[in-house]
Amino acid sequence: MSFLEVKNLNISYPTRKETIVASKDVEFSLERGEILGIVGESGSGKSTIANAIINLIDPPGEITSGSIKMDNNELRDNEELIQKIRGKKIGFVFQDPQTSLNPLFRIKDQLIETIQTHLNLNYQDALKKSIQLLEEVGIDNAEKRIEDYPHQFSGGMRQRVVIALAISCEPDLIIADEPTTALDVSIQHQILELLKDLTKKRNLGVIIITHDMGVIAETTDRVIVMRHGLIVEQGDTKELLTNPKSNEARSLVISVPPTNKKIDRFRLISPDGKEITADSKNLTKKIIKTWGVREKNKNKKILQLTGVTKIFDDKSLVNNFSFGSKTESTNKVEKAVDNVSFELFEGETLGLVGESGSGKSTIAKIITGLVGPSNGEIFYNDISLYSSKRKYQIDKSRGQIQMIFQDPYSSLNPRFKVRDIISEPIKLFQKNINKNELTQNMYDLIDIVGMTRQSLDRYPHEFSGGQRQRISIARALATRPRLLICDEPTSALDVSIQAQVLNLLKDIQDELHLTMLFISHDLPVIRQMCNRIVVLKNGSVCETKETEELFNNPEHPYTKELIRLMPKIESII
Amino acid sequence: MIVVAFVSFSLFNFVGDPVNSMTGIDASYERQAEVREILGLNDPVYIQFSRFLGNVIQGDFGISYQLKREVSDLIAERMPATLELVFVSAILAIVSGVILGVYTGIHRDSFISNIILVVSLVGVSLPTFIIGILLIYLFSVILGVLPSFGRGEVVELGFWATGFLTASGLKALILPSVTLSLFQMTYIIRLVRAEMMEILQTDYIKFARARGIKENTIYYKHALKNGLIPVITITGINIGTLIAFSIITETVFQWPGMGLLFINAVYFVDIPIMSAYMIMVAFIFVMINFIVDITYYFIDPRIRLKEEAS
Amino acid sequence: MIYKTFNKIYDTDIGYSFFNSKIAVISSTILFIILLCSVFAGVVSPYNPFDPATVSLMDAFTPPSWSEGGSSSFILGTDQQGRDMFSTIIYGSRISLIVGFASILFAMVLGVFLGVTAGYIGGKYEIVVMRITDVQLTIPSILMALLVNGIAKSFISQSMHNDMAIYVLIFAIGISEWPQFARVSRASTLVEKNKEYVSASRIIGLSNILIMFKHILPNILRPLLVIATIGLALAIITESTLSFLGVGVPPTTPSLGTLIRFGNSFLFSGEWWITFFPAIFLIILALSINLLGDWMRDALNPKLKIR
Repeated sequence: MSFLEVKNLNISYPTRKETIVASKDVEFSLERGEILGIVGESGSGKSTIANAIINLIDPPGEITSGSIKMDNNELRDNEELIQKIRGKKIGFVFQDPQTSLNPLFRIKDQLIETIQTHLNLNYQDALKKSIQLLEEVGIDNAEKRIEDYPHQFSGGMRQRVVIALAISCEPDLIIADEPTTALDVSIQHQILELLKDLTKKRNLGVIIITHDMGVIAETTDRVIVMRHGLIVEQGDTKELLTNPKSNEARSLVISVPPTNKKIDRFRLISPDGKEITADSKNLTKKIIKTWGVREKNKNKKILQLTGVTKIFDDKSLVNNFSFGSKTESTNKVEKAVDNVSFELFEGETLGLVGESGSGKSTIAKIITGLVGPSNGEIFYNDISLYSSKRKYQIDKSRGQIQMIFQDPYSSLNPRFKVRDIISEPIKLFQKNINKNELTQNMYDLIDIVGMTRQSLDRYPHEFSGGQRQRISIARALATRPRLLICDEPTSALDVSIQAQVLNLLKDIQDELHLTMLFISHDLPVIRQMCNRIVVLKNGSVCETKETEELFNNPEHPYTKELIRLMPKIESII
Repeated sequence: MIVVAFVSFSLFNFVGDPVNSMTGIDASYERQAEVREILGLNDPVYIQFSRFLGNVIQGDFGISYQLKREVSDLIAERMPATLELVFVSAILAIVSGVILGVYTGIHRDSFISNIILVVSLVGVSLPTFIIGILLIYLFSVILGVLPSFGRGEVVELGFWATGFLTASGLKALILPSVTLSLFQMTYIIRLVRAEMMEILQTDYIKFARARGIKENTIYYKHALKNGLIPVITITGINIGTLIAFSIITETVFQWPGMGLLFINAVYFVDIPIMSAYMIMVAFIFVMINFIVDITYYFIDPRIRLKEEAS
Repeated sequence: MIYKTFNKIYDTDIGYSFFNSKIAVISSTILFIILLCSVFAGVVSPYNPFDPATVSLMDAFTPPSWSEGGSSSFILGTDQQGRDMFSTIIYGSRISLIVGFASILFAMVLGVFLGVTAGYIGGKYEIVVMRITDVQLTIPSILMALLVNGIAKSFISQSMHNDMAIYVLIFAIGISEWPQFARVSRASTLVEKNKEYVSASRIIGLSNILIMFKHILPNILRPLLVIATIGLALAIITESTLSFLGVGVPPTTPSLGTLIRFGNSFLFSGEWWITFFPAIFLIILALSINLLGDWMRDALNPKLKIR
């Protein structure tokens, strides 16, 4: 008899139009000392299952049938038992450390309250235990830091506090819902090691929910693959990753960008199980006719940054009037970008890689004029993009620099139809275009990105994340750019969609002779997409190298660290 | 504050001809020139303004055009009445507002909640003066238990005439304060309810539940503490609104306070009283704002302690 | 065709919520009826109470038709000058509605313009606008309206008072309400400004004005609608309060507030209906607007989850 047994679990959300099935006939088990991963694309139902175990599904969702047994005690429909168990036998870790902690209470109070709810300890003992817990999760100077408020901790530290809270009453089961998705790679590594450590030391059963295959490979013993609320495959992690049987699992595994070699295109599995080979690109030939032939001049320097620095002023009045903590804060200056220089040659793809706070997005904003530099020069085709008064001269680039953004949900105006989104830039740059030409242009663009012409008359909210990114790409191409900046374009997408979109970008670049600046924190993706790479940390350049050389022979210690820590799916195969 | 003082001042001097109002339209030209000289109206603007400020700081607001008395005396006379009324109404509105708001926020769909909400909606739709009239009609005319105007007997404590200490004073206080507080109370109820509902959906509440913290603790300790923050801002603005609405209430109940004084001043275009009232009220608002800001500072640790760099 | 449009609206989330909420349907129906009556006041009301030819003092103080002494030609009775109550109420509500709508429109245009530009442009401009908004927000609207009214009146000569009174009133109430719109539009603009479609528009090269009013504005309309509705109720209440105090619309074109003031003096002598009916009407008007606004706020709020 297993520690945790879930049988025939069915969860549905009755809405007014229809009943959405969130999970159907889900069945699995978990032993103590074992880490189980639940993986699947967004909407597959993984979080719902986790919430169901502790009966915290958001209404109107409800469990319609099935059984959840822990140590042979039925949990489902037993609200009384669940109340006692929450926190005491089951610890939960949520995804976002920013919002999980009550901002008005000290860490000390939140810990002691949890401990005293379940264990019979007086205040002093509870306090001692709390300090011990913080030390166990790796927070230095625990005795002093326990007096702090949540906002005084960084993201990674906050997640540690959340884990401390989850294990505070000695639970037997920990459920972690995307515990590291919001964190940097180095922190992610630490948190996962912590979880593995705790599992062994305390003989816990752990369920980790994630969409990151690398995390699955490195952390879990067994894994469940879900899709549309159904379990499509489950088994030993190593077994499943080397030999996936179901289409979905194969699709997931195969779309993950390899970390140890460079390939031409990302591999994809179509829904019927066959691998998709290169698409035909006859359509783009038509576009080239209207756009004019472009020559590929590999030696032409298209973009140059020299000594670019950006300092963000913290002008808040609170800083000026803070009575107590005037010591370090007011004198620290935020250098988002620190003396960065690099070059971009026509036709190549340059990667900017770094963790959060590295300045990569800020650099993109500076190049496109969204934010002005404090210092330094930016040249496009040898013309300075900023006037002597630090004003962005958009006429110098004339639509030749375009950008694709990270968040597919906020990058399209929800009130505009797709045709308006795409036609607006066309009309701006070709002021006297007649109706037929305009329509033809729109058709061409929507064809290039692989979407139907009917999409033109729909609104963004009718499309999925991947499709929205395609629309964004169409919009970016509308002004006939020569330089395309991609700011984390696939970080918010599922792995197989990511593969599709990245392949699309590669194809477009090839056919239209585009130059790309590709920004990401995801090293495997960067490896596959870029010819050269610039590594950034805290606003400064650590290293600039050709891709293969960087991965095979990294020089800078930070680069070495990043490469070492990135989750590798190959680690297990 | 300076802005308000300047506006008052401009009112005082440039709007309408004060001399005309004071001496009567028929006074001779020479008489007017004389008065002008005495009042120093021939001096350049900045001298007049500094004199004005100087006077104000010393509490001298000039002389009412209509009532021919020192404005500062008038205000001193009326102030206790208004302040007592506002004070009682404020406490009434805030205390009952918060309690009812929390209740309806937690028990979203209960029958009692719905009734409270309907009543609160009606309260927001009723202009204060109608409430006043209705209450007068009900309690004074039909039932005859409560006085419909005036303040009852007052006891003089130094310069402060209070109505708290007499039975008739307290009785007279009931209707006007209920009238005055009703609008604010309903507003607070809806605000607190909205806050509570929003807070109960946050992640940290969900996490607290996941840790097994009891429901009651979650409601009354976690949610409430977070929910009270906007209430504090509202309280500040509240007192301001109460002072404003007291104008209406005082009119309906013939309550001898500053509001009634002001309304009459507007009607007769009695500039000194108007400008004095403006300055007084502006001063009170600024003070309240300041106090609210300071309280905020002490209550919300996010403002007090700097964030650590991530 | 009407059927098709009806179905289309019913299908949307908002439409569904509307038709399923009895409150929303009832209050908007009431509002609609009132609006119609006001617009077509000449046709709907049995008399024109402000035409001296049709009014005679002989009919004064007639009680409502169902009580003793009442007559069927004056359903709700007459006031102290012999005017039919029903008619005065309809004409009065027309004034109340005109002032209400106009002032809110004024406040909205002014407030949204300042709020959106402040939020988008930022810098010193934003600070100045926000300071003014903050300062004005601490002053309750009644006071503001009173002050503006008083000051404006002293600028206008006595003879022009009555003619200009309505415009002054609309201006005064509008001035007292604009900060709310400014604050909400600025907050929403700040949120939208950080969204990537705005960045995309800037990179394409659209002018700032286009971005503000073609892209951002349509996305912030929802909360503005809610505030406008509730503001309308507040404007109507403010107007009636001011008229009650005697500083609102001139007595020649009375609004509901003025009517209540007229009748207040007769409350104690027994002619209760002169005050009562206008008061009830005002309450119903304000209540239906508030109910509608309330429903709107819940229906348009993306944060409150479906239950």
